[in-house]
Amino acid sequence: MIFATEEILETIRMIQVEHLDIRTVTLGVDLLDCRRDSIEDTVKFLRARLLKATENFISTIKKVEVEYGIPIVNKRVAITPVSLILSSLNLEDYIYLAKELDRLALEIDLDFIGGYTGFLEYEVSNTDKVFLKSIPVVLNETERLCASIITATTEAGINLDAIKESAYIILETAKLKNRPLVCAKLIVLSNPPKDNPFMAGAFHGIKRGERVISVGISGPGAVRSAVERLPKNVDITSVVEEIKRISFKITRAGEFIGREVARRLGIDSVSVDISLAPTPEEGDSVARIIEKIGVKTFGAPGTTGLLFLLNDALKKGGLMASSSVGGLSGTFISVSEDKGIAEAIGKGALSLEKLEALTNVCSVGLDMIPIPGDISPYTLMGIILDEMAVGVMHNKTTAVRILPVPGGKPGDWVDFGGLLGGAPIVKVNETSCMDLFERGGRIPPSISSYRN
Amino acid sequence: MKRAIITVTGIDHTGIVAGISSVLANFGINILDITQTIMGDIFVMALLVDITGIDDITPLLERLLEEGNKLKVKVSFEREEIFRAMHRI
Repeated sequence: MIFATEEILETIRMIQVEHLDIRTVTLGVDLLDCRRDSIEDTVKFLRARLLKATENFISTIKKVEVEYGIPIVNKRVAITPVSLILSSLNLEDYIYLAKELDRLALEIDLDFIGGYTGFLEYEVSNTDKVFLKSIPVVLNETERLCASIITATTEAGINLDAIKESAYIILETAKLKNRPLVCAKLIVLSNPPKDNPFMAGAFHGIKRGERVISVGISGPGAVRSAVERLPKNVDITSVVEEIKRISFKITRAGEFIGREVARRLGIDSVSVDISLAPTPEEGDSVARIIEKIGVKTFGAPGTTGLLFLLNDALKKGGLMASSSVGGLSGTFISVSEDKGIAEAIGKGALSLEKLEALTNVCSVGLDMIPIPGDISPYTLMGIILDEMAVGVMHNKTTAVRILPVPGGKPGDWVDFGGLLGGAPIVKVNETSCMDLFERGGRIPPSISSYRN
Repeated sequence: MKRAIITVTGIDHTGIVAGISSVLANFGINILDITQTIMGDIFVMALLVDITGIDDITPLLERLLEEGNKLKVKVSFEREEIFRAMHRI
């Protein structure tokens, strides 16, 4: 036999027991030249383009999934940011476009479509204001469309006015129909990668070609089991080596599947993101990996160090495995989607402030965190600003995806269902930062942007 | 040539090899290599098969899973390249 029985069984165990999967296959579609004078024409061209670009997309993925025996969990499309294909002072135009995109997603059978995106890091223009205003309505009246707001980059600095608007938009989105979960489709970003395949912030990059396939691989369960199988007394370098080895294998599987899907669709461009994205399944948790290495509960002193180790080892193993690594590789610490992280909050071992600290050493930011719905808008602005500053300072992507729960109090458990999991509402420091946001304006670019 | 690896695991008893290989024969699938071993109490068999002529895998997969249920063993099917990607540099 060309493979040892142990090798065959290892692959099968990783898939069947440890939940190794291709978390997402995202097709990026360029819609830049669909912009027309009227919204009706724009939608007409965009519709034709999307349907053509996604021909056989879902059926190909399903076929590959069966033949190679690896589950492909989410099928998505990322489009050119809508703020580049529509500038309008008419709110109805944005709502019409959004609903059409959602209808197309349903027609194509996508799990999500991303690209309802605005770039506000420099200024909030009059059309941007209309775009922002549309978000609460759009997200409450569509199912599959994801929205993102860019408020900071290392080159532009941090736009306090954009953050201010974003905070109001998040609160309004949660409140409009009393559905905090709708905010899972809305993310505020700093330094997004040029081409972003990850929801809710996904969009197709400019000049990235007509179509591109991005694969997000995941397998916290496989990494946890690998660490678990190590003898208790091995030193930390051996732990790193083991994580690198397993990351290599996971990435190779993902890269292979990505290339196969792309080949069958006639697409040349493939990018792979090696990310450990948790699911609420028992064991498929980033927190559990950290706890296996050596802290009692995720959030304990030592967690930041271990998360750095995990993120770094993951990338090293992955980079050896693929030359097409995308811009958002790393470990995700999504609160509601990770049973271990949610539990740590329940136990009082993990706070919002520690989560912010952790985002210094991993992807991607404050993610899927339920907070009390009666939070002051200014406090939410402060939370967003701090996270944007982490991104700008470190020249990396950070994000805030926060779920204000109307009527919710810290400690109340919120269940979002399915892959979105659940978590206790996190306590927020409500000490005022109102004066700061009443000043407004833009924090100038970071010194690290002056590289020429 | 399109090749796949079929893995069968479970408690050892008579008829496993016969059951699985007769399903393959019915689909006109040639077995290129076969290995079997006992790991602990568990019977493990891996078959390398040629699936060149098979366009749609689903009927074969359904039949294999059905046979696995009958034999009280677990059957997995994966194209060979995935193992190559993960275990060979």
